Amino acid sequence: MTPMIEAAGLVKRFGDFTAVDGIDVTVQPGESFGFLGPNGAGKSSTMRMIGCVSPPTDGLLRILGMDPVRQGPAIRARLGVCPQLDNLAPDLTVLQNLTTYARYFGIPRREARRRATELLEFVQLSERSGAEVEPLSGGMKRRLTIARALINEPDLVLLDEPTTGLDPQARHLVWERLFRLKQRGVTLVLTTHYMDEAEQLCDRLVVMDAGKIVAEGSPRALIERYSTREVVELRFQAESQSGFAAKLEGIGERTEELPDRILLYASDGDAALTEVHARGLSPSGALIRRSSLEDVFLHLTGRTLVD
Amino acid sequence: MIVALALPRLAASGTRVVAVAGRNVVALRSVGWLAFVSGALEPFLYLFSIGIGVGTLVGDMRLADGSVVSYAAFVAPAMLAASAMTGALTETTFNFFGKMKFWKLYDSVLATPVGPMEIAFGELCWAMTRGALYSASFLAVMVAMGLTGPLSALAALPATVLIGFAFGAVGMLVATYLRGWQDFDLIGTIQFALFLFSGTFVPAEAYPAVVRWVIEVTPLYRAVDLIRAITAGGLGWFQVLDVAYLLTLLGLCLWGASRRMSRLLRR
Repeated sequence: MTPMIEAAGLVKRFGDFTAVDGIDVTVQPGESFGFLGPNGAGKSSTMRMIGCVSPPTDGLLRILGMDPVRQGPAIRARLGVCPQLDNLAPDLTVLQNLTTYARYFGIPRREARRRATELLEFVQLSERSGAEVEPLSGGMKRRLTIARALINEPDLVLLDEPTTGLDPQARHLVWERLFRLKQRGVTLVLTTHYMDEAEQLCDRLVVMDAGKIVAEGSPRALIERYSTREVVELRFQAESQSGFAAKLEGIGERTEELPDRILLYASDGDAALTEVHARGLSPSGALIRRSSLEDVFLHLTGRTLVD
Repeated sequence: MIVALALPRLAASGTRVVAVAGRNVVALRSVGWLAFVSGALEPFLYLFSIGIGVGTLVGDMRLADGSVVSYAAFVAPAMLAASAMTGALTETTFNFFGKMKFWKLYDSVLATPVGPMEIAFGELCWAMTRGALYSASFLAVMVAMGLTGPLSALAALPATVLIGFAFGAVGMLVATYLRGWQDFDLIGTIQFALFLFSGTFVPAEAYPAVVRWVIEVTPLYRAVDLIRAITAGGLGWFQVLDVAYLLTLLGLCLWGASRRMSRLLRR
């Protein structure tokens, strides 16, 4: 089967700045694939190259088995793109935003209307069909943008930070709709700097940092490989924290020191915390939790995802 | 063979151009009616105040071919040409700029099979359709007032469309260089200078030779010359030059605009 996306040694430079520094990625049909990384890691630049709106500087890129530079229009006809910032038309109604967009794909008027109505149902915006776009909440606008990306019944949907800037409730609604798409067998490719989003939606992901891929695998596999089963978060009084890290030596597998807390990686969090107390240390706060992709990222880059 | 291969692609491209233009019609239905109608009004205001008002003081005018016409008949074609210019520039600078920079509208359009050239051409077609409607209403009034004949008016309509296309392409190219709203003051000033000095109210022959040469190479002068020859009289080889000039301007600017757009939007 032809891969949806095939990239080898893909590079994007803007003048002297290298945004994407030679990445290799393959995405198979039906897969849900994620690019996880902090702001400036090169995720959006990669997405724009995949969306055939930004020509690669170097390397090989095939989308749906085609060349994005020579066959851009043919590829874009089968893509659905949800950009990072909503760019809905403020002078059109909710429904018109979808129907006019359908026309760019050459979809006949009647069919455009049928699909638009159906999609508004899907993203739960049917009651707002005739309303202006501007008064909609952030979550509604994002859902409308997602609906717009689906108007051409795409084989491949690209979502650039689909829930950035949304409140928790709105995020969950977006996730739930995206999950339904995934169940229908639509190939999703998304970027995110939220680990929980990646865990929820991605079958497989790559961790990007400074334009390079630093790890690849399923969320589960990445956590198993780069982190321990559990993490103990220890908080000390701000000034005294520095001395404690050394005193924790030998407990668990390793420690990671953050400005406001120390992370103690161990397969058994309870046992590790008991050991901390046994050494006569009394942190002002202690929390035992399961490892997440955040820990993977921290381990790989020495930095947190969201500053 | 090549034609057979190119035709389906050309047809698909045509559909996309129509989609870009058609979006404006949809937007018009929801909000823009009043702005649309008010755009038709301006040339009438000038025609009545200056052409007819000031005309009573000026008397008749002698054209290049020796024929004598009323001042209103002299000014009316210039107002028509100028309004075709203004309409096209407003649509392609102001509206185009807003859509590109503030609404990021074209970013979303370029994610579809539509390309930069198709956007440029589609927006231009819309600006021209609108401009042609304005021109037709003005020509109808000119005929009603006896300022030109019905056949001349019919002939003048395609000429105004050409003028609109040419200035629309200029406007698009300019829009890709604009940094912010402050640059619109500059455009306004240049536009007004063209409006006043392009043989609109006074024939270019009235100025010293050097100034006259400068005036005669500006685009609005060529446009006025073309329309005036059609509606007031004196059609000749010079108008072939006018048409060639406007076509060249159109081609160069459209090509430039789509290149600039590719560079700005396809980074």
